[in-house]
Amino acid sequence: MKKNAIGLYAAVTVALMVWGFYLAVFVAPNDAMQGEIFRIFYYHVPSWAVAFTFFAVSFIGSVGYLATRHNHPGRAQIFDALALSGAEVAVVFCTVGLTTGPIWGRRAWGIWWTWDPRLTTTLVLWLIYVSYLLLRRFAAGPQMQTLAAVLGIFGALDVPIVYMSTRWWATQHPAPVFFGAPGSGMAWPMLRVFFWNLGAWFAWGLMVLVIRYRVERHRQKIAECEAEAALHEA
Amino acid sequence: MMSALWIHLQKDLRIEWRSKEAINSMLFFALLVVVLFSLAFDPEGEFARKIAGGVLTVAIMFAAVSSLNQAWAREIRHQVLDAQRMAPSPGAEMFLAKVIANFLFVTVVQAVLAPVFVVMYNLRIIGQAWELAVVLVLGTWALVANGTFFAALSIRSRNRELLLPLILFPIFIPALLAMVQSATSIITGESDPTLWIKLLVGYDIIFTTVSLLLFEVVLHAE
Repeated sequence: MKKNAIGLYAAVTVALMVWGFYLAVFVAPNDAMQGEIFRIFYYHVPSWAVAFTFFAVSFIGSVGYLATRHNHPGRAQIFDALALSGAEVAVVFCTVGLTTGPIWGRRAWGIWWTWDPRLTTTLVLWLIYVSYLLLRRFAAGPQMQTLAAVLGIFGALDVPIVYMSTRWWATQHPAPVFFGAPGSGMAWPMLRVFFWNLGAWFAWGLMVLVIRYRVERHRQKIAECEAEAALHEA
Repeated sequence: MMSALWIHLQKDLRIEWRSKEAINSMLFFALLVVVLFSLAFDPEGEFARKIAGGVLTVAIMFAAVSSLNQAWAREIRHQVLDAQRMAPSPGAEMFLAKVIANFLFVTVVQAVLAPVFVVMYNLRIIGQAWELAVVLVLGTWALVANGTFFAALSIRSRNRELLLPLILFPIFIPALLAMVQSATSIITGESDPTLWIKLLVGYDIIFTTVSLLLFEVVLHAE
């Protein structure tokens, strides 16, 4: 029953992505000013939406771990697994965003990269979370989980700065399309394509997150069993 | 109470005064970086003024990182850190004392390095020199406060010497940017550094506060 549900969800997700691709490439109208190159928007923005959401998930995991690690160790492990899987999947989507952006930028501005506030703060975010993943790899044990949670909190501080950077400063990066200045926003023929792709990428991201979370929980349980076995042997 | 802070500070300063290992290694490393950059870029005149801020900041960064690890390694030896953890005095005071001590050491290195730097790059500061002093103080505080915190964080991991720069540098980037931009605008006299100095002040306040609040967690990570 459960396997059927998972299989169904995966199938729906893939179908959504195929549908989203069809809409984005064949159905959506050209942008008035940019023409065809605008279509990367349907991948670039959803990637970032998923990345920010999962960084928030990781933040919740980090805070939850710090709050429960003494009194509810079982719950703390759940939070820690959430923190790690959230960060990993978010870094992947962050990388996708940092790749699709320059691909568009090369065509739109003639340059791959520039050090404007949006791009710089985003790169810093990516660097901080990669260092978070490195810390988790280089250290081990409950100490590592606490230290990683602290570093995760530092990283989460950057996310609002990245999001607001196009509102606080004048940037090379385009001004906000949604909730932006008067005159911003999207026409419905494009907006519906955007929503389909947003849904598709969230569905995909959620699926990968859940898989990663479950793998981490399994790894935790195995480590626990091994520790207990070692105790019994000793 | 400030007495624990003062005791920790005295201890760190006294140990450093007797061994001088941090200051010597930092000084030499920073000097090497300045010389290497000088050979790599062969700066002259206007170009030298443009890159001087960046070279100085990067040299201080590498030098500080090289001494930060050994500052905490000293505490791990002979289980001193475990004794500190069991003591009832607040960990934040130990942290602040280490930050102040390291700040003083890096400042001494900068003070010795500055004339060498001016000579090698034939620098003439066109903007206000006192502003440059403010920028260096704020930037160094940002580096040392974050560096001491993350050094404590990485000290118990396997590759601690490698891990510290990997964790510290991304978080230090905003302060690095502000320090380099304001130093360059002061040295070249081409633009107003006020915005960058304000950014440095904000960064210092935020990150010092967060580090002080979270240090207990890091100290007692178990």
